[in-house]
Amino acid sequence: MVKVKSFFEKFYLAVILAILYAPIILLIIYSFSNSSNFNFDKGFSFDAYIAIFKSPKSPDLWSAVGNTFLIATVSSVIATVMGTFASIGIFHLGRRSRRLVENVNQFPIINSEIVMAVSLMIFFVTFAFPEGYLRLIIAHIAFCTPYVVLNVLPKLESMDPNIYEAALDLGANPFKALTKVMFPIITPGIVSGFVMAFLMSMDDFIITQINKGASTGINTLSTYIYSDARVQGLEPFWYAIFSIIFVIVLAAVLSVNLVKISKQKKKDKEAGAK
Amino acid sequence: MKAKTSRKPFRLTKKAFSVLYILFLLLFVVVPLVLILVNAFLDNDKNLTLENFKVFFSSSSSLVVLANSLLVGVITTLLCLIIGYPVAYILSKMSSGKIIVLLYIIPMGVNFLIRTLATKAIFIAMGVELGMGTVIFGMVYNYLPFMILPLHTTLAGIDKSYAEAAQDLGADKATVFLKTTLPLSVSGILSGITMVFIPTISTYAISQLLSNGKIFLFGDSIQLSFEQGMYGVGSIMSIVMLIFVLVSNFVMNKFNRNGNAVRRSLW
Repeated sequence: MVKVKSFFEKFYLAVILAILYAPIILLIIYSFSNSSNFNFDKGFSFDAYIAIFKSPKSPDLWSAVGNTFLIATVSSVIATVMGTFASIGIFHLGRRSRRLVENVNQFPIINSEIVMAVSLMIFFVTFAFPEGYLRLIIAHIAFCTPYVVLNVLPKLESMDPNIYEAALDLGANPFKALTKVMFPIITPGIVSGFVMAFLMSMDDFIITQINKGASTGINTLSTYIYSDARVQGLEPFWYAIFSIIFVIVLAAVLSVNLVKISKQKKKDKEAGAK
Repeated sequence: MKAKTSRKPFRLTKKAFSVLYILFLLLFVVVPLVLILVNAFLDNDKNLTLENFKVFFSSSSSLVVLANSLLVGVITTLLCLIIGYPVAYILSKMSSGKIIVLLYIIPMGVNFLIRTLATKAIFIAMGVELGMGTVIFGMVYNYLPFMILPLHTTLAGIDKSYAEAAQDLGADKATVFLKTTLPLSVSGILSGITMVFIPTISTYAISQLLSNGKIFLFGDSIQLSFEQGMYGVGSIMSIVMLIFVLVSNFVMNKFNRNGNAVRRSLW
């Protein structure tokens, strides 16, 4: 009886997993068919992958990839610097003002993306910000920085305040105490905040789509996919690109999380040993 | 004593580190939202008016879109709950559940547009007609991980001794589940619901892509109103959306203080 039940449980888990991964796996398989119709009529080939470089659309595609990295790099670096200093400041605010700022900081996270996108659009139009990179980078900083703050603040909270005081007592000036004592302690939070900001920026579609402006011709990868695939469906080279993205993302998420889990296990073990 | 007074100015400067970001938040988060509120009361020539409300609440099409979105939202959320709860529950009982659950979460890392286009391509290849069915499939496919993650976190965190105690006291398996596990997982259910429902009703592009433009949801019509220059009506729609967001967030915070942390705990 127990065996039957556990078989059904495993079967259920497997079915759901299969459905979740079916589109991904099918896409990867048929990326080697150089066809848009999920058949191997043209045989096995790498043509779809070659088309990434040789298609008439390649220049647009690569400029979109370049824009994605450019915007993600610039906005996540700015978001990380601003967010780190902001966290130190917020940490030292009074209780009431700290709570207020933290609540406003939450807003871009809880707000629905479409509302955030159109609110920024109205803002940029009302105050006549020039269309293009400036709008996009500001918008990306606005939704990325809250994640940096959320990653850094807990590190400040868990920091022993006496360490900083001790540095001052031992003759470090405040600047040195900050750079030599506080920053090293909160660095893990800064790094994870930066990584998260970078990935959020890379992943964004809605806010970029609505704020890129029609006349600039700027595309990121996601807005270019949308503009190209919406009209005629997917050309074979998209199968290749999606497959590459799938593999990179799967590998990255899996390794990041496995490292996280093994670290947690180590911690648990150490705690258990004590 | 002397040391303390010399430290005080730096306390002040440390507070000052937040000034730049506070100004940034005011300018690029608060002011844009205020502008939405203001625009709801302005006509195209920037005169005060209540006309937008009249247009929104009297036009059947915008209300139909809202009702449609709520319907799709409710169906998607229920399906995610029905499909996701057993997954989270079974995994929470397995010793390796913490690692296996990752497999269900990973697809979340791939951009939703790419996942949607992949499913669409498969539907087309299979000859499935694009419509309400495919839209709901796409939504469930996209948001199921958002349901499984908070449910699993909550279920895995429940102290097993509750269930054991209930069992020792003579409850059968169904009663143990209904009287201990289920009530203890309410916070996970609620954060799962909000994490699926809000994105579903405000989604942009997914329903259009999966229905070949036949089904239009609230997020799409917000975007369309602004594209057509109807800032007033678009602003009212955004306010309606904001109300949903705030209410759901209020509910979520009430039951689950770390709800928002779950939202992006993928990385």
